[in-house]
Amino acid sequence: MGQTLYDKIWHAHTVAQLPTGETLLYIDRHLIHEVTSAQAFDGLRLAGRRVRRPDLTFATADHNVPTDPDRLAVKDALSRAQIDTLQRNCAEFGITYYGLDSRRQGIVHVIGPELGLTLPGQTIVCGDSHTSTHGAFGSLAFGIGTSEVEHVLATQTLRVTRSRTFAVEINGQLARGVTPKDVILRIIRDIGTGGATGHVIEYRGSLIRSLGMSGRMTICNMSIEAGARAGLIAPDDTTFAYVAEGNRPFAPKGRSLAAAMERWRGLASDADAVFDRTYTLDVSTLAPQVTWGTTPAMATDVTGHVPEPDQVPFVNPVDVERALTYMGLKPGQAIQDIPIDVVFIGSCTNSRIEDLRAAAAVLRGKRVAPHVRVLVVPGSQQVREQAEAEGLDRIFLAAGAEWRQAGCSMCLGMNPDQLRPQQRSASTSNRNFEGRQGVGGRTHLVSPAMAAAAAIAGHFVDVRTFGGA
Amino acid sequence: MSAPSEVPDRPVALVVRIAAMQPFTIHTGRFIALDRANIDTDAIIPARFLKKIERTGFGELLFMDLRRRDGQLDPAFPLNRPEAAEASILVARQNFGCGSSREHAVWAIQQAGFRAVVAPRVGDTPAFADIFRTNSYKNGLLPVEVSEPFARRLLAAGTGQLTIDLNQQRLTAHLPDGDFAEPFSIPEGTRRMLLEGLDEIGLTLRHEADIAAYEARHPDLAPVESPAP
Ligand code: SF4
Repeated sequence: MGQTLYDKIWHAHTVAQLPTGETLLYIDRHLIHEVTSAQAFDGLRLAGRRVRRPDLTFATADHNVPTDPDRLAVKDALSRAQIDTLQRNCAEFGITYYGLDSRRQGIVHVIGPELGLTLPGQTIVCGDSHTSTHGAFGSLAFGIGTSEVEHVLATQTLRVTRSRTFAVEINGQLARGVTPKDVILRIIRDIGTGGATGHVIEYRGSLIRSLGMSGRMTICNMSIEAGARAGLIAPDDTTFAYVAEGNRPFAPKGRSLAAAMERWRGLASDADAVFDRTYTLDVSTLAPQVTWGTTPAMATDVTGHVPEPDQVPFVNPVDVERALTYMGLKPGQAIQDIPIDVVFIGSCTNSRIEDLRAAAAVLRGKRVAPHVRVLVVPGSQQVREQAEAEGLDRIFLAAGAEWRQAGCSMCLGMNPDQLRPQQRSASTSNRNFEGRQGVGGRTHLVSPAMAAAAAIAGHFVDVRTFGGA
Repeated sequence: MSAPSEVPDRPVALVVRIAAMQPFTIHTGRFIALDRANIDTDAIIPARFLKKIERTGFGELLFMDLRRRDGQLDPAFPLNRPEAAEASILVARQNFGCGSSREHAVWAIQQAGFRAVVAPRVGDTPAFADIFRTNSYKNGLLPVEVSEPFARRLLAAGTGQLTIDLNQQRLTAHLPDGDFAEPFSIPEGTRRMLLEGLDEIGLTLRHEADIAAYEARHPDLAPVESPAP
C-alpha cells in the first residue's frame, strides 16, 4: 500500500518512537509571536534550559500590535509589555525577531512564506492554530500550545500522536467572483466544525492545481475551523515558482534550489495511498458564501436566507437559536438584506497582495456607503509596500477606506481595532465566534471581493452580479 | 431560581483555587453542566485577557463574557449558580475547546478550580478539539470523552457528584436516581504521564543522542539568508 504525503513527511522527520506510543518528530521551523511564548521562555529559564536551535526559530509581533500610523508608540501598557518581553526573550536566546520597526514584520503566517522560511516537506509549528496555513506548500504545519512551544524551544522536537488522514478532493472551475475563501467556507459548512478533528486534510483535485499559492494558503488556513490538525497540498510547479521568486531571502537559491526541487517532486501521495476519510466537492456552481452564525460552519449562499433552527446540519436547534439571538437575526431573513457597519479586509486568511487586489478591483472608482467603516489591513509590511507600489492604497483611500499598518488587527479583539457591542461586520478573517472581534460584535465571514462589495452597498450583495469583481 | 441580588458581585466559582501541577489518579467532585456545543477558546477566555506574560491570574477570567448579560452577572448562567462554587468538573457538549491554540484556556479552567472536563463524542465529532486536548494533558487537566447518552444524563441533572478514576479509566456519576458508570480511555503514554505528573521535556532530553543523530543526518536545516536582490 502506498504512502500519503502526510506519511512521507512524518517518516522523514521521525527522531524516535517513544515508549508512550508517541513519535518524537523533528521540527524544521519554529515560528513565535508575542502572545503564546512568554510563559514558555519563563519555563526554560526556570529549568535552566537553553533554546536548542535558535537558528530554526523566528519571531514577530502581530496579534497585539496597533495598526495605526504611529503604532511604534504602543499605548496599551500590557500590550507593550508583551511585545517588549518577546523582544527581550529573543535577544537573550539568540532568536531572529522582526519587530514593529522591521520591514519584515507582519502576521506570522504571512511572513513565513514571504521570507522563504516556509518550504515544501518541512515540519512547521507555531503557538497559533492557523499555522495550518503553511500546509499549502506541502509542509506539515500545525498549531501548538505554550507547553509545546517550550518543548520545541528546548528540544527542537515534539511528541506527537499520529493523526488520521482525510482527502478532500475539489474539482471544477470557480465562477467569476467566487474565490478560495468561498470554497473553504463551503467545505466547513459541509463537514462541520468538528468534522475533521483528529485528522490531517490533504486538499487535492483540479481546482487546487489551478490555484496560486495565495488561494491555497487561504484554504489550508481554515482547515482548523473544521477541526483538522493540519491541511496539506502537494507541492507542484506553482509552489516551486513561488519559492523561486527573487525576494525570498531565506529560500534556497541556484544549485541548492534545483536539488531541493528534485526532492520536493516526490512529495505527493502515492496513487494507491489510502485515506481514512474522503470528501469530494465540485465547485462549478458554487456561490459566494456568507456566515450567518457564530461558527464558521454556519454559512450559506449569498443568495440564501438565514435558516430555520431545525434546518442546520450538525447543530442542535437550541444552539442555532442562541447564535441567531447573538447575531440579531431572524430565520428567513435574506442574507442580502443584512446591513453592515464595519468591513474588515485582512487577517492571515485574506491579507496577501492577491486579496488586496481583489478588494481593490471592486472598490476602484467607487465610494463606500456613508455609514460603513472600512479597514484594509495588509498581512505584512512587505504586502503593504507592494500594494502601495501598485497604487492599491490610493484606490482604498479614494473609496473612503482606511489603509493600515500590518498586523492581526480586527481578526481578534486584542489590539485597538475592535467591534463595539452589536456592531456588525463583513470580515475576511476566519472566526465568527461570539466576541471574537470585540465584546458583543457580530461577525459575518466572507471573501475579500464580497467584503468590498458589501462596503459599497452597505449590506451583503452578490459580487457575481455587482460588477468590478 | 435565585434573584439577581443573591448573586455575589464576584463570580463564586472564581475564587481562584489554583490546582498546582498535581498528578491525577482518582478524583471525586461536583460537576456543573454547561449545555452547549462548540465552546470555543474565545468563549473560555476572550483574547483581550491574553496580554499577561504570567501563567497565573486567569481563573477569574473564565467565561468572562458568557457570565455577564448587560454588564451584570447572569444568574441563569450555570457557572454563576451557588453549586458552581465547589464544582471541580465541567460538563459540556461536543467539540469543546475548538478555536485557537491558547493554552490560557486550559489555565483559566484549572485556575477556576476544575480538574477535568467531560464531554461526549457525537457522530464524527469528538468531544474535544485536538489542540485543547493536548494542552489539557500537558497541564494535568483531564479531558474525558463519554458517550452521548451518558452526557445527556449529566446535562439533564445540571449538577451532581462524579468520580473519575484514571487508574481504572472509569467514570461514575452519583445522581439522585442512582449511580451509573462508563469506561473511558486515555492513550496509555499520556495516562502514565498524568498519573505520575512527569516532566515531559526532561524525558525528551533523554533522547539527546537520537536528536543529535537526526541533526547530523540533516546538516542543512538552518536557512541561510541571501543578500537582498
Ligand atoms: S490574523 Fe487572526 S487568525 Fe491569523 S494569526 Fe492573527 S489573530 Fe490568529
